[in-house]
Amino acid sequence: MSTAASTVERPSRARIIADLQALLGDAGLLHLPEDLHPYECDGLSAYRQLPLAVALPETVEQVRAVLGYASRHAIPVVARGAGTGLSGGALPHTEGILLSLAKFNRILDIDPRNRTARVQPGVRNLAISEAAKPYGLYYAPDPSSQIACSIGGNVAENSGGVHCLKYGLTVHNLVELEILTIDGERLRIGNAAPDAPGYDLLALMTGSEGMLGVITEVTVKLLPIPERAQVILAAFDDVARAGHAVGAIIAAGIIPAGLEMMDRLAIRAAEDFVHAGYPEVEAILLCELDGTNEEVSEHISQVRRLLQTHGAVEVRTATDEAERARFWQGRKAAFPAVGRISPDYYCMDGTIPRSRLAEVLTRIGELSREYDLAVANVFHAGDGNLHPLILYDANNPGELERTEEFGGRILELCVEVGGTITGEHGVGMEKIDQMCVQFRPLELAQFHAIKAAFDPAGLLNPGKAVPTLHRCAEFGAMHVHQGQLPHPELERF
Amino acid sequence: MCDMTVELAERVRTAADSGMPLHLHGGNTKAFLGHPVRGEALSLHDHSGVLHYEPSELVITARAGTPLREIEDLLAAEGQMLAFEPPHYGDTATLGGTLAAGLSGPRRPWAGAARDFMLGCRLLNGRGEDLHFGGEVMKNVAGYDLSRLQVGAHGTLGVILEASLKVLPRPETEQTLVQERSEAEAIELMNDWGGDPLPLSGACYDGDHLYLRLSGAETAVKAASRKLGGEAHPDPDRFWRRLREQELSFFRHQAPLWRCAVAPASPPLGLDAAQLIDWGGGLRWLASRQPAERIRRQAAEAGGHATLYRHGDEATARFHPLPPPMLALHQRIKRSLDPQGILNPGRMYPEL
Repeated sequence: MSTAASTVERPSRARIIADLQALLGDAGLLHLPEDLHPYECDGLSAYRQLPLAVALPETVEQVRAVLGYASRHAIPVVARGAGTGLSGGALPHTEGILLSLAKFNRILDIDPRNRTARVQPGVRNLAISEAAKPYGLYYAPDPSSQIACSIGGNVAENSGGVHCLKYGLTVHNLVELEILTIDGERLRIGNAAPDAPGYDLLALMTGSEGMLGVITEVTVKLLPIPERAQVILAAFDDVARAGHAVGAIIAAGIIPAGLEMMDRLAIRAAEDFVHAGYPEVEAILLCELDGTNEEVSEHISQVRRLLQTHGAVEVRTATDEAERARFWQGRKAAFPAVGRISPDYYCMDGTIPRSRLAEVLTRIGELSREYDLAVANVFHAGDGNLHPLILYDANNPGELERTEEFGGRILELCVEVGGTITGEHGVGMEKIDQMCVQFRPLELAQFHAIKAAFDPAGLLNPGKAVPTLHRCAEFGAMHVHQGQLPHPELERF
Repeated sequence: MCDMTVELAERVRTAADSGMPLHLHGGNTKAFLGHPVRGEALSLHDHSGVLHYEPSELVITARAGTPLREIEDLLAAEGQMLAFEPPHYGDTATLGGTLAAGLSGPRRPWAGAARDFMLGCRLLNGRGEDLHFGGEVMKNVAGYDLSRLQVGAHGTLGVILEASLKVLPRPETEQTLVQERSEAEAIELMNDWGGDPLPLSGACYDGDHLYLRLSGAETAVKAASRKLGGEAHPDPDRFWRRLREQELSFFRHQAPLWRCAVAPASPPLGLDAAQLIDWGGGLRWLASRQPAERIRRQAAEAGGHATLYRHGDEATARFHPLPPPMLALHQRIKRSLDPQGILNPGRMYPEL
């Protein structure tokens, strides 16, 4: 906490609750322990913490009132959407208010002429495409959790999904945001035009993990639903060969709508779970092509040829919508499927240059033996985004710690080969130590300075996404000489 | 191929110490954009060279002073392109200037803008610190997106040293159709077809004719062209290049040239002006002597904003004014990267 915040006298817990009740009404505030428990974690259940209270505002004015109150009394605020995030980004602060935006769940406007949808932040990702469907339009970014995750959270985490290679991340599919700053200032970022005057704050807000402002409205871009989408399943008896096939497809000038890979353990878990009819091999690739009828026909035959010349032992093309759904079912259910074969699993999220895929998988295999923990690999092969799932049992003493260390080693490996510690899940609480691996102290200090431009007292989601330099020093990735940190003038929080 | 990082960092540090503003430039092809900067010239021109290009990874990394033409030639040799089709406005255009200006060409509504292709960059902030954000991979959400923030910031937030961009395959086939239309019809049609699953990659209206570019697999382009109808343009590459480079006869008007970015389906702006529409309706170029306030009001009512692009008088603000709280936030962001205010001060707004 910064000095600015710590000089403010903090009201008692009972006082805070009474004040918030006055702002939100009884129905708008949860504070009893049994009511707080459902909010103790997000999708990363390894970290749990109860907030001081959960605010459930219904109007932007109420959000503004809560932020104003928090700002005046230096109380941390953690915004939360559907809570499906996988990096602990919505983990509550024990001394803070958890600001749930669940009641902001209305689709405000679909503008088919301009191909945009204006929605509240609590609207589920998939609900946008469902509402746009009658106009022949859809919202492209499709995180695996799209049935449950909210668009506000997607913006906060810059979420991706299978479609990212061709259609981009959340940041590529936004038109306008309305945010409230910690001071309760209402700002519109972007506009209905293809660009907006001033700095690209739309890019800066996207993926900022709730650290810069609270999102109260989102306008997304809608795309025409492609005339046709078809998927190919290719089986390989060697993971590296599957990786080379991915490079070959892209080098041929084809950008698939989805290009996904699973390794043996993930295939087996998925097959046991949903019976998708997957072959028993070392790796399968799922390659979906979309576009006009003619284009898809042409690309399907090109991709089939490429897969065969790159060593696929079997290539199947889905012949109808039901078969296409079945091919995807296993991939989409891969995480819960792995959950069935292991008491616990830890999902990692790093990105690497595709050409290093074989090398990285080999190294993960070696680490798996070193830590004596099995790994199932599921990944967005087209864009190099890996999701190694480390299988463990939290009931075995020390196994969670070993798993976390192993996960950290995987992320460091991603950085070593020229990649990043997070492709789509965000840093949150989970990868905060690895930020010290990917970034140097000067860069982290610059992030803190940006944060301070929006939130000088450091009240929004404190302790997430960007580590303090002290933390990096403790993590061992930086050396603080005689207690001298770079930029002593910058506030640390 | 030359690495000037050390010298450039030294120059910025010296300027930060003395408070002497720097005027950043590359090939000087976009010097007309924005307000003139009073300061010592800091040329990025010699800091050049492609550092890394892996066609199968769809990524290229180059230093800021690398000629845009060199990058495009290199990509073309591998059947790839910068899909945002950046305007050059001259032979000496550089990568850094292209990104700092943040301009995109006719393909923008379908392929994305310059900022959409920025994967990462190395930059000097106003303290002369050498920082690296983003990277060379497609998906990266670690830390705030300070690389995309540089695109369109006109050098006011940092000196871009190197940038990594996503590239895309060039389409197998392209065809351009020409139809005679009224302005209202053209806007209507561009947005009708924009909502259909067609392989569109350009849609422009010059006041008489609607130009529609189709890109993709040959069979798909043929099928779409049968659906849309119109005359095939005899020299489409030249047409789209001249549109992008502002060489079409429309751009010879000597009246102030306004760039109005608006919601694409907005009806005709109804201003007394010669007009050319690009980006499927989203970009309206006006050659007009109407008062700036009037043009800005019309653009804002159409969901957008207006930039005075060329032939402006000194007194008129180039960029659309920001609301006071937004301007205050911009100032805080500027100070966080450039505390002494030495990087291109006043280029966008006097307060930045």
